[in-house]
Amino acid sequence: QLYYQVLNFGMIVSSALMIWKGLMVVTGSESPIVVVLSGSMEPAFHRGDLLFLTNRIEDPIRVGEIVVFRIEGREIPIVHRVLKIHEKQNGEIKFLTKGDNNAVDDRGLYKRGQHWLEKKDVVGRARGFVPYIGIVTILMNDYPKFKYAVLFFLGLFVLVHRE
Amino acid sequence: LRKNLEDFTGPRERSDLGFVTFDITADILDGKSDLQSIFDWNVKQLFLYLSAEYSTKNNALNQVVLWDKVMLRGDNPKLFLKDMKSKYFFFDDGNGLKGNRNVTLTLSWNVVPNAGILPLVTGSGHVSVPFPDTYETTKSY
Repeated sequence: QLYYQVLNFGMIVSSALMIWKGLMVVTGSESPIVVVLSGSMEPAFHRGDLLFLTNRIEDPIRVGEIVVFRIEGREIPIVHRVLKIHEKQNGEIKFLTKGDNNAVDDRGLYKRGQHWLEKKDVVGRARGFVPYIGIVTILMNDYPKFKYAVLFFLGLFVLVHRE
Repeated sequence: LRKNLEDFTGPRERSDLGFVTFDITADILDGKSDLQSIFDWNVKQLFLYLSAEYSTKNNALNQVVLWDKVMLRGDNPKLFLKDMKSKYFFFDDGNGLKGNRNVTLTLSWNVVPNAGILPLVTGSGHVSVPFPDTYETTKSY
């Protein structure tokens, strides 16, 4: 009986993992779903909104697109809009971003001496979104006790649940 | 949707800086092509932006957003903007604006739904702006 429950739990975890990895392959992004962390894109997106990304190399970066990028050496991804692009004949591109709700562009956020972003900094392009849902992740991050409570109840549910 | 404008370039450090003034009119032309019709039950806002697109010796493709605006559901959907100055500096990456006859201005918008897909739409109608061959140092903007 215990053997069965452990297997059951294992199946759930590996299915979730497969779906996540599958999404990564289909969208081409290492992080196909992200949560909006700041208010810099209001009123379009608010803290806690969930964004669905794709990162297909064939899709060219054009102004007006909402990109999620990471600044070299920093972990937190930023969700802003492309303000300017300069693309060379060979496809090499450098671009500038700005949050809709910010007064200035993102040059101040880039690394010291860095004036532009490049394709390699991009995590993905926002193609769709769902509001509010991501608030759970933010809550779990800000209030670790909440995270433990969620995990505890999840574990309890799986163990107690009978077929 | 119609735009028209005047322009001149000024030298700044080593890159060309363009100055453009423009009018934007978005109005009912045939009962179907106004912005109001884009606001269906699932549209929360439109993010409008005017971008300039052109080619230079340095770069095959350049796009610069000159102006943008958030139009919320419920805002007046008719735009009658005249003599607008660009919101952002129109710097080129180099000196490609001088004498460039083929700078195209287009109005586009990002439809932000309450939930769902985020499409980018380009408006019909665009205007070409020819930049002069000389730099201006005296005109004030």
